[in-house]
Amino acid sequence: MLKKLLRSKYFPIIITSVLFVVLFGIGSALFEGFFSLQVFLNLFIDNAYLIVIATGMSMVLILGGIDISVGSVIAMVCMASAAMLRDHVNPYLVMLLMVAVGAAFGFTQGCLIQFFKIQPFIVTLAGLFFARGMTAVINTTSINIKDPTYVAISNAKIPLPGGNYVSPGVVIALVLLAAASLVMTYTKFGRTVYAIGGNEASANLMGLPVGKTKILVYTVNGIYSSIAGIVFSFYMLSGYTRHAVGAEMDAISSSVIGGMSLTGGIGYVPGALFGVLINGTIQTLITFQGTLSSWWAKIVSGLLLCAFIVLQRMILKNKGVGES
Amino acid sequence: MEAEPILTMAGICKSYPGVRALSNVDFDLMPGEIHALVGENGAGKSTLIKILTGVEKLDSGRITLEGKDILPKSTQDAQKLGIGTVYQEINLCPNLTVAENIFIGKEKTKHGKIDWKSLYADARRTMKGLNLDIDVQKPLNSYSVAVQQMVAIARTLEFSSKVLILDEPTSSLDQNEANKLFEIMRQLRDRGLGILFITHFIDQVYEVSDRITILRNGGLVGHYRTRDLPKVQMVAKMIGKDYSDLVAMDRTARPEQEAAEKPFLRAEKLGRRGDIAPFDLAVGKGEVIGLTGLLGSGRTELAQLLFGIRRADTGRLVLNGKEIKIAKPIDGIRNGFAYCPEDRKAQGVIGELTVRENIIMALQASRGHLKRISRKEQEAIADRYIKALNIKASSQEQLVRNLSGGNQQKVILARWLATDPELLILDEPTRGIDIGAKSEIQKLVRRLAKNDIAILFISSEVDETLRCSTRLVVLRDKKVVGELRGEDMNENRVMRMIAEEVEQP
Repeated sequence: MLKKLLRSKYFPIIITSVLFVVLFGIGSALFEGFFSLQVFLNLFIDNAYLIVIATGMSMVLILGGIDISVGSVIAMVCMASAAMLRDHVNPYLVMLLMVAVGAAFGFTQGCLIQFFKIQPFIVTLAGLFFARGMTAVINTTSINIKDPTYVAISNAKIPLPGGNYVSPGVVIALVLLAAASLVMTYTKFGRTVYAIGGNEASANLMGLPVGKTKILVYTVNGIYSSIAGIVFSFYMLSGYTRHAVGAEMDAISSSVIGGMSLTGGIGYVPGALFGVLINGTIQTLITFQGTLSSWWAKIVSGLLLCAFIVLQRMILKNKGVGES
Repeated sequence: MEAEPILTMAGICKSYPGVRALSNVDFDLMPGEIHALVGENGAGKSTLIKILTGVEKLDSGRITLEGKDILPKSTQDAQKLGIGTVYQEINLCPNLTVAENIFIGKEKTKHGKIDWKSLYADARRTMKGLNLDIDVQKPLNSYSVAVQQMVAIARTLEFSSKVLILDEPTSSLDQNEANKLFEIMRQLRDRGLGILFITHFIDQVYEVSDRITILRNGGLVGHYRTRDLPKVQMVAKMIGKDYSDLVAMDRTARPEQEAAEKPFLRAEKLGRRGDIAPFDLAVGKGEVIGLTGLLGSGRTELAQLLFGIRRADTGRLVLNGKEIKIAKPIDGIRNGFAYCPEDRKAQGVIGELTVRENIIMALQASRGHLKRISRKEQEAIADRYIKALNIKASSQEQLVRNLSGGNQQKVILARWLATDPELLILDEPTRGIDIGAKSEIQKLVRRLAKNDIAILFISSEVDETLRCSTRLVVLRDKKVVGELRGEDMNENRVMRMIAEEVEQP
């Protein structure tokens, strides 16, 4: 039974969800007021942007690539939106423009990776510096967003039963997560992503559109990070050069904790949500505890990340043993 | 049998810079036949296949498929035309399910979604058609290489159904698995498929093929009915020299068995739990000791224990009367041992380095990296061994990956000979190289032994081991079960020793 579970392809995602329940349980046992629907929902509200980039990152990781530019793209989008809104550009046009910028950004990175056969890490590292730099070029200090539409969206509460609520950002994040999950399971594009992650050379020989798919994945991830930027600007109502520093690493760690393998081809996109929730819960636990430095959250998620990578190795090894 | 050929290739020529890979080769394939394509490494087999599958472009010549001229531009293009290829290495995605591996790229969709249910059902049907009842929803890497090969064939058949090219499909299969593959090949042939079968196992050519086409040095030697061409003649035509040469080597000078009266190396109750049971072994100068046994019997483990790749946990090793400790390969090298590993691609040659650099490598390591061997000395050493071993390279500075398998093997041999070893361990030195190079290496082994070094020779081909060795050590189930020498060394005895206790559990 246990062995069967261990062999199951859903094993990592099961572990992750169980771990989330356990962590939430610990919080509930230790702290009064922790066990409430709103605390749970706040995990989504506070991390909506992270759900979006972790989803995009998951697709990139399944492809066998990586994209470390996403945090900077978020900052760039926030800053550019804030600057344009200050100059009274139509808010919806701003959003549309930002998505277009994200798409172009991702497309360019994808093309560099595909046509010049450059390591995705290096290409997106260049992207990281570029986007962060552009943020400062627009404005070196913080710009507050006072546009009425943005403020309204930021303050909007979508009511749920029992007096609880979520933000519009959460809805956007969950829609994007669901869309990515379905695309990855039910479309040729999605399956090709898995195939490339499994063995790119084989995928090529099998006649799959490898180049097109790779570029498309980076483009989609660019779109996802720009939408994350929009969600983040709703959340922060400001543009600032140091927004979302290191968010790409949070996205990678959430994605890996959610079962995605850095070597590609393995994992299920919904796992990324659990990864985000676990990271969020650790953060919340430390906030509730009150005396510990918030950096403990980073330490704990670092340890978790380590544990999950070891776990993945063991699963792979176990499979290897099963073969012979 | 006077049907029209399904595929013909006429006057095919192809040159690479400086090399004429194919000159004026003709080939035809009938529907419903298994056609073996044989030749030594470098004969032009793979170039011909590459042209047929669209990987390479031909310089001149014509290809017709079912009477129509074709010119495949890419593998996909060839696939669409109906020519499918299954390669030696499996080109599938290990992380995807069996079913997906068969159909990916042309999955059926329903309402714009992949219809997983019918995908699995189709896959199950396809695999059943190949007499394989497996769970198609499991990822590919949970199955053996043999099954993966079948999946590759299934995919190829789904995509192209006129001509099936099998490029060395059996090299990673054991006998049972190969037999199963042959069964399926026959079945497909009876369905009217033309199968082009490339292999270097001569027995397999005779087991399944109807016709044989032989290539040598980029030229066509001829087409033959398999049953009209005796094996000996086929080999002779392949290597282009008289077969009596090979036979002579077979029977004449089996190495004299005068050695071993004064062993210089002695293993006493050496062993390692889980790898090999404690064994005694005495090695004398001038001996070639053959290690024989089935795959997994502990041959390689024994050798690696001596060299230090595995660390012994019991027993001792005595060299020239002194006990030595060997815990890692550098200890082995310093004591005058040399080890040519089984998998020359993964553990042996470094393809990105030149012939000279590869040869010098072990010597440099044994001297320590601070004492650099001068360029002049390097060149002299490389030159000496290139000549001595007859390594066919354009120059010392040629990259090793551009050499043929047999010559790569010789480069490894040269590397270790350059360290002037007292004990040379050869683990499957002739695997995957063609017959000509094989016999050359076998001769070399015997010549070397006369030069006062001892050789440990590991091979899964019993007759080769018999031919080269002065003494045989037989292993079974990770135990040394006996030694044969002199008159006792014959295939019959070896087989009996290997098989004996298998029957009484």
